[in-house]
Amino acid sequence: MSADTSQTLPRLPRLMGGAIRPLPLMPVSLALSALSRKLSRDHPGMFRRLGEHGEKRFVLDPTDLPLVLLMDLRGGVPKITAHRRAPVAETRIAGPLSAFLGMMHGAYDGDALFFSRDLVVEGDTGAALALRNAIDDAELDLVAELAAIAGPLKAPLKAVLGLAERRSGLVLHRVDALQGGW
Amino acid sequence: MDLTVGPNQFFWEAPVWAAFYRTLAEAPVARVVLGELVCSKRLPYFQQEIPAAIEVLLAAGKEVALTSLALITLKRERKLTADLIGMGLPIEVNDLSALIHIPQGTPFWVGPLINVYNEGTLRWLAGRGATRVCLPPELPLASVATLAAEGARLGVAVEVWGHGRVPLAIAGRCYHARLHDRAKDNCQFVCGEDPDGREVETLDGQPFLAVNGVQTLSGSTASMAHQVEALAEAGVNALRLSPQTGDFGALCRAWAARLAGQMDGAALAALSAAMAPGARLSDGFLTGEAGVAWSADA
Amino acid sequence: MAMELVCPAGTPSALRAAVEAGAHTIYCGFADETNARNFPGLNFSQEEMAESIAFAHGRGAKVLVAINTFPRAGAEPLWHRALANAESSGADAVILADIGLLAHAAEHHPGLRRHLSVQAAAANPDAINLYAQAFGVKRVVLPRVLTVAEIAAINREIDVETEVFVFGGLCVMAEGRCSLSSYATGKSPNMNGVCSPASHVVYAEEGSELAARLGGFTIHRTKKDQPAPYPTLCKGCFTSEDQTGHIFEDPVSLDASKLIPALARAGVTALKIEGRQRSRAYVAEVVRNFRAAVEAVAAGRPMPEGMLARLSEGQAATTGAYAKTWR
Repeated sequence: MSADTSQTLPRLPRLMGGAIRPLPLMPVSLALSALSRKLSRDHPGMFRRLGEHGEKRFVLDPTDLPLVLLMDLRGGVPKITAHRRAPVAETRIAGPLSAFLGMMHGAYDGDALFFSRDLVVEGDTGAALALRNAIDDAELDLVAELAAIAGPLKAPLKAVLGLAERRSGLVLHRVDALQGGW
Repeated sequence: MDLTVGPNQFFWEAPVWAAFYRTLAEAPVARVVLGELVCSKRLPYFQQEIPAAIEVLLAAGKEVALTSLALITLKRERKLTADLIGMGLPIEVNDLSALIHIPQGTPFWVGPLINVYNEGTLRWLAGRGATRVCLPPELPLASVATLAAEGARLGVAVEVWGHGRVPLAIAGRCYHARLHDRAKDNCQFVCGEDPDGREVETLDGQPFLAVNGVQTLSGSTASMAHQVEALAEAGVNALRLSPQTGDFGALCRAWAARLAGQMDGAALAALSAAMAPGARLSDGFLTGEAGVAWSADA
Repeated sequence: MAMELVCPAGTPSALRAAVEAGAHTIYCGFADETNARNFPGLNFSQEEMAESIAFAHGRGAKVLVAINTFPRAGAEPLWHRALANAESSGADAVILADIGLLAHAAEHHPGLRRHLSVQAAAANPDAINLYAQAFGVKRVVLPRVLTVAEIAAINREIDVETEVFVFGGLCVMAEGRCSLSSYATGKSPNMNGVCSPASHVVYAEEGSELAARLGGFTIHRTKKDQPAPYPTLCKGCFTSEDQTGHIFEDPVSLDASKLIPALARAGVTALKIEGRQRSRAYVAEVVRNFRAAVEAVAAGRPMPEGMLARLSEGQAATTGAYAKTWR
């Protein structure tokens, strides 16, 4: 499915992307490491599924955000950290944040996103494929995952994310129904 | 080890075809498989030459077998296959459906287009009457050795692709006709214009494949010139030489000299490369990273 | 009765999605070289297989386990274990291609229903009858080299069920008889369960173009803002003498949805959807549409109007070999 998802994929408005720019990376990284601990605890199957690619580093580069994420699976403990510049990794996957989130939540088909080049892979293509398949099987729901680690802030966070989802067109929760002209 | 000449994969004019087999009668090869492998539409153009070719080869002391088509779909093709059985020669099965016409226990040969990847398959075919199997060209040396040992146990001679463009794929669609913007049913036999297949290159000009009607071949010519000792040690009984244009008799004589220890791998490779379309050789399926690899480059 | 819809699942979640979307039957494989979609991150452990089959059975769906590569010489026990594991997991049938493995299954697992994989390339009644007589095969997946008329003719001469591909990726070559991939990369569908493997794919930006290479061979070049199809060898753009183009096949996918009524008349039992490498959401969407179509055909209603328009949007589709002009 090649599709012109590029015309339909929401891009984060400049203002919103810009709003993140001054954020210090430290708290983002702390939240991410809490998230990665939770993912490895609750979704061990996702990391098992990576098989021979389970000891690699993946740069996830949301091109409409002023930061990149490094997912480092070495040593059997997944670590997700935020960086201003792409660190060394076996694989880099780049594309709009909406493509990452839509694929993660089953709203877009990963194959279609790769073929249409909404998501661009550099480096180890096999590892990227493995990650995509593992995430698809894990049936993740970012809102639920974030809410679970937000403690007392759960309710307000859900409200804020719901608003963000409606305003931005980003897919932040599990939908399992394809969207867009894929 | 001795030498088998496989069926001609290409579409040659009848006089050329007939002359090729007259030459083979003089060549130092033990056996010859002939007939049409690739496309049933070609057969009427040279089938009148087949009986004489068989006669001359048998008279020269060669074993002779008739090949089935590689892909049998039409009713006419099934009938043709059934008719092969009445010719009184062993059939080389290159489409498994030919087996239904061969009575249980009647000896037959198995060609390189039948998927013999393991001992279980070899055992079943031997039980059905197979006496000689040419292994699929993509098998690595370890598999060849295992199958040669099993073949020895079962009394089945095991053969390996020795020289020639490798048959990589067969399809319902004719690529030669497609390149000429013609339908397969109106191909006007354009594959006859390319007696060694038609070159296919990448967009960057790398030589890659060759098309031959419904068949896709390797662009390089496979040559086991440097692998003779390894194959002998693996217990392989015969090497298969696949017909091509040029002085094929000389190629057969060089191979016979190589098997007799009178010529080394480098000399045979040099002669083979000089004859090969594009002068490129490969032996990577056996020991390399990929089929296209050539061990002398390593 | 509606034609049986046989749907792909590369992961347990895709299997659940397909069952919930209305699949009658799911096919899937173990996460190793025993199945022909041995892609990174895909397929089922033995435990996942047993759980998934139980899930499907609980909802009235069947599961077929594909063990459809050709066992490696000296390593047959791996494939024999896959057979035993499929049976103990409760599989409704196994899909096999290799003669030796079929013989082993017939002897050691006589109660396990055997289907013939498309990888066996049984393209005529003689071949199908041979597999039926020798190994008790109950259903054959027909290779994608046949026209609808040829399929109808085959069904008149055989006693086993036929299953045909109707949607998804399309092999141009007779399947199970293609070594193009191993010629370029060393990895083949028959031996390794992969074709044009991602591990051997390299994309390179060169000027205003993106070159996609497989094992060092350029398979296609696309302008930077154009879709870049995966570099599957037989769908590549090549040059032959003075011609440049898709010499083997255009980068299209199969859509035979409009042929469902004709395939039903041709005596086909089951319709197969390709795509074990696709996402659970894609699988669910395709399955929903095809379920509606087969129900409509069974009830004598016209097919849902424009049902697959969305599925094919922005993507060239072909009816492949089912129409004779394709050849």
